[in-house]
Formats: sequence, structure tokens, C-alpha cells
Amino acid sequence: MLKDEDRIFTNLYNDLGPDILSAQKRGDWQSTNEIIKKGKEWIISEIKSSELRGRGGAGFPTGLKWSFAPKKVGSRPHYLVINADESEPGTCKDRDILRFEPHKLIEGCLLTAYAVNANKCYIYIRGEYFNEGKKLQEAINEAYEKKLIGVNACDSGWDFDIYIHYGAGAYICGEETALLESLEGKKGQPRLKPPFPALIGLYGCPTIINNVETIAVVPTILRRGAKWFSSIGKSKNTGTKIYCISGNVNNPCNVEEEMGISLKELIEKHAGGVIGGWENLQAVIPGGSSMPLLPKKICETINMDFDSLVEQKSGLGTAGIIVINKDQDIIKCMARIARFYKHESCGQCTPCREGSGWMWRMLERMAKGEASRDEVDMLMDVTKQIEGHTICAFGEGSAWPIQGLLRHFKKEVAKRNNFNPLVNTNKKIPYLVDQHLLEK
Amino acid sequence: MSIKKVSKEQPIDFKFKEKNLEEAKKIIKIYPEGKQQSAVMALLYLAQKQNDNWIPLVAMKYIAKFLNIPYIKVYEVATFYSMYNLSPVGKYFFQICTTTPCMLRGAYDIVNVCKEKISDKEKELSKDKTCSWMEVECLGACINAPMMQINDDYYEDLNKEKTEKIINQIQNGEKPVPGSYRGRKNSEPENNRKTLLNIKNA
Repeated sequence: MLKDEDRIFTNLYNDLGPDILSAQKRGDWQSTNEIIKKGKEWIISEIKSSELRGRGGAGFPTGLKWSFAPKKVGSRPHYLVINADESEPGTCKDRDILRFEPHKLIEGCLLTAYAVNANKCYIYIRGEYFNEGKKLQEAINEAYEKKLIGVNACDSGWDFDIYIHYGAGAYICGEETALLESLEGKKGQPRLKPPFPALIGLYGCPTIINNVETIAVVPTILRRGAKWFSSIGKSKNTGTKIYCISGNVNNPCNVEEEMGISLKELIEKHAGGVIGGWENLQAVIPGGSSMPLLPKKICETINMDFDSLVEQKSGLGTAGIIVINKDQDIIKCMARIARFYKHESCGQCTPCREGSGWMWRMLERMAKGEASRDEVDMLMDVTKQIEGHTICAFGEGSAWPIQGLLRHFKKEVAKRNNFNPLVNTNKKIPYLVDQHLLEK
Repeated sequence: MSIKKVSKEQPIDFKFKEKNLEEAKKIIKIYPEGKQQSAVMALLYLAQKQNDNWIPLVAMKYIAKFLNIPYIKVYEVATFYSMYNLSPVGKYFFQICTTTPCMLRGAYDIVNVCKEKISDKEKELSKDKTCSWMEVECLGACINAPMMQINDDYYEDLNKEKTEKIINQIQNGEKPVPGSYRGRKNSEPENNRKTLLNIKNA
């Protein structure tokens, strides 16, 4: 288990208060201008050698992303955009950072913005987090008052402003280019890539987009050193991560742990075990609803990091762990996830717009046992037709959970939906058009 | 995608109240010059708040003129995002999350309570015309499931009885306290905390 002194988010449960004085007592905003004085190159190389990977789902190396921004500001200004549009089912870590550790985020914004030459930062918060946004705004105001941000932020000579932009309940706006569209006041429909936002992003200007958790750990890494951060976890999967454990567990919770901790330890120790005991476990969705589920057999031994989960054809995603026990109907659970994707598809690409609804309707029938035998394979075919044929990763996100279901629970699905659509008896019904199919 | 129906009964006139007008001007200033379209989402929220929690078509036209952009650009934004209500909702608007993590912990019990105590169908006003409810997708409080949002506030760790109590309170004109209804602190593991114990006990 991670030692308490190695935890970054010490106020995760709000024992200490989110205000600036309490935050400074915890070490936030300490000697920030000395870090800035070490220079942009130093900050980027330190983050690179810490091997920090983005915490928003894709796990892209953060230092590398920053280095894509142009080194010098040309005719267009640079922007930093923070993705706080947390809507992946099973995930609620950013909410606690916004509520209880806002100063870690704000300080991280300043350091990141300095490193990528941005003077302006927009934080895109999902509209439902109205109260969380209010708390963040209070923290931003405190930082302005203490001259930690604003003109000559932290006495470093760098001007820096932060603004909050509220979303309005669209899951797709968590996709970085859809988020930019939304920030520009348009429908949140993803853009084609390339060009990547690092060169052409918000208002056509170079833009770096990062998740809340990624940015909030930056100040601590720079203060305690890349070596410390990379000593936690394992190579290429370093540092700490906030895991959200929800579903059929005794004590659902957020907890910060090292990368690569075993799933069983997380569930048994921190979340108080599966309801009905470990033997009652049916499956676990390890990284938010877009990641394929894992059956109990794999859950026994799996470690929670990017690479171990990819080996099992799943992914760490946002580390939103949804535990499903044997009292639940697994097909129904996945049908509900399919309904989520049907509701949230932005409608831009046909395979996703039509396919997500198709998959949902099929799964609803399968949960009731009303689908025919051949539809089980047809469902798999539909997921394959969506995957890889859309502009953004939403297509994969909607197809993978269903592929996971069919990979591990095909027997259950087929058992419940076993009738043959062909009529084998009563051969001589005149209106049965496909009688010829029965001929040999 | 989801269907959004525009209300058949529309008011004839809409104008920002003075306080909102000032607010709107402030919002436009946070975006670069010439990029005032970015403010459209925030202005739609202002209009929604001013007009009893829903946005009439005249308000969209007003905002389009205010920002000097075509009406269709406002209309497409208002119809794309699910948090803009295009027809009247209750003064107390119950949104119940029923996505899988909440469903696993009994979100449909809460839906049934709402059906019983507010109205049979979702998006329909209750008899006293103060409340309405709807099922929504993940609200991002999965570890506090099942939960619902009433206007701006989250009510977490609910069950059937607690939801009934909350609705009763609202119907009696009281304001229920937001937050966890199992008495736990935010997102900590209830009675099972293994981390940051020194801080907790300090």
C-alpha cells in the first residue's frame, strides 16, 4: 500500500478544507516562482522523465504532448485548456479535485501554461458540476487576491488568467476536439485529426488540453522531483492515481493508490469487499464504462495499470472501477451502458449514430431473451463495423464494452437467446418465404 | 442522440433583466475579441435561469442578436446539449441518474418513488405544478450512488425511504440538505478508512 506521505491529494476527503490558507499549509503554492525560474525546458524535461501519462483515459505521455506546442509564440497566442468534463460512467475523481484540491489544479495550470507559453487558460467543467465550479471560482478569486495568478503571477513576470467555461450535459465534449468546438460556442462534434490541437486548436491557435488530475499532480512532481514520482508504480506506468470504486461493493469510495496495485487489493481492502463476498463477484469494468469488462477469473490476478490491462484486452481508462456481483443480470447492465452511448452519440458519423442505437435495441431484447440465435453473432459484427470507422474514439468506446460482454459471457447470452428463426416444422405453409433455405 | 421537443406554447417577448445583462457583458469579456460566440452557452444558462428553468425560442433569437450571430447557431446549440430545457419544467427539477453504476445500487427504486409522488410520466409537471422529474445519464457521482440532482444540488447515497422524505420536504416548502444521506463524509470509504488516518484524527 502507498505510504501516506507519498500521497499527492491529502485533502481528498476534505478533512482539512479547500481554502487557500489550508492549501498553503499542505504545501501548495510554496516557492512556485523558483520552479518557474528553472525554465520551460526544465519543466517539460522533468515531466517527461517522470513518465507521467495523461489521466483522462487515453494515457498519452504528458511531457511529450507539451513538447508538441510551438517553442516560440508566433502570430497566434497559445492556450491551455483543462478538461473537467468528467462524464464517464464510474468516474468521479475530478469532482473531488475541483471541490477539495482546487489550488493544486490552479497551481498546475500556471506551471503548465508557463511551460507551453500560454497566458490564458480555460477550464471546461461539465454543467452539472455547478457547485463544484462555484468552489473552483472561489479558489481562483483567492489566488488572484494573493497575486498568485493574474499579472506577474507569483512574481515571476508571467501573466496568467484562468476562466471557467461550463458545458451543458454532453458526454462527447470530454473528447478534446469536441471540447474545443463547445468552447467556441458550437455543437460538440469532434474534429478530424490531424491537425492536432497542439498546432491548431482553440480559435485555430496552438492549444494544449489536459485532464484535471494530470495537471493537479504537476506541482507536486516538480517540487518533489521526477525521480520520486517514477519510483512509485512501475516503468512506463508510474506515479499515483485516484481510483473510483463503485457498484456492488460494501464501501464505494475514491482512493489514491500507486499505479499497478492489484485490483483485488483495491476492492477487498479499500472498498470493503464485494457485496456477498469475493466468490459472489461476477465481473468488473476496470476503467469507466468504455473499457471492456473482466470476468472474475482475470480479476483475481490483474494489476491496475495501462499496460497490464491492455494485455487483457481492456484498459485503465479513467480508473473508474465498476464492480458487478452475481445478483445482477450482466446483459441488463451492458444494455444500460449501450443506452448511455445511444443517448450520448453526437450524431456526426453514421456508424456510431445508427450503430449505437442498434446495439442498444438488440441488447434490450437479448436481456429479455427475445433475440434469435444468429443475432448474437450479428451484434459482434455491428460492434466491429463501428470500431475504427468514426472520427473520434466514441465509436470504440461504445463498441468495446459489448465486445467485452461477448468475449467473456457469450455462453450466457447464447443460452438465453437460443431460438432458431427458421421454421423447421410445418414445411408446407404457403406464406413462409424462406422455405427454400431448408432444402439441401 | 436524444430527442428534444420545443414547447408549443411560447412567450412573445424576452429580454435580459438588468442584472443578467451586466453578467452577460462580463461573460463576453472573458473570450477574445470577435469570438463572442463562445459566450452562447453561458448566456443560454442565464436565459434559462431567468425564465423559470426553460428557454423559449424568443430568448434564443434575443441571444443571437445580442451576440451578433445567426439565430440557427444559437438554436443548434440549445437543441444539442441536454441541460437546456426547451419546454417548461417544474420549479423543482428532479434528475435521477440511472446509468449502470447507479442502476446497480437501486436507482430505479428512486425512479419508482418519483413516478408515485410526482407524476406518472417523466418530464411532466406534478399536480401542484411545482415538480417534474426525468431520467438522466451519468451525473458523475458514481461512488455516492444512487443519487439525484434537484436544480443545482446533488442528493447522494439515497434509497426509497430517503427519497420519499426529500420529496415530502420539498412539497411542504422546506429545503432538504444536499449531500450524502448516509451521513458519510464526501467520498470516503464509510467506516472502512485505511488512508490518511493521521489527518483525519488530527
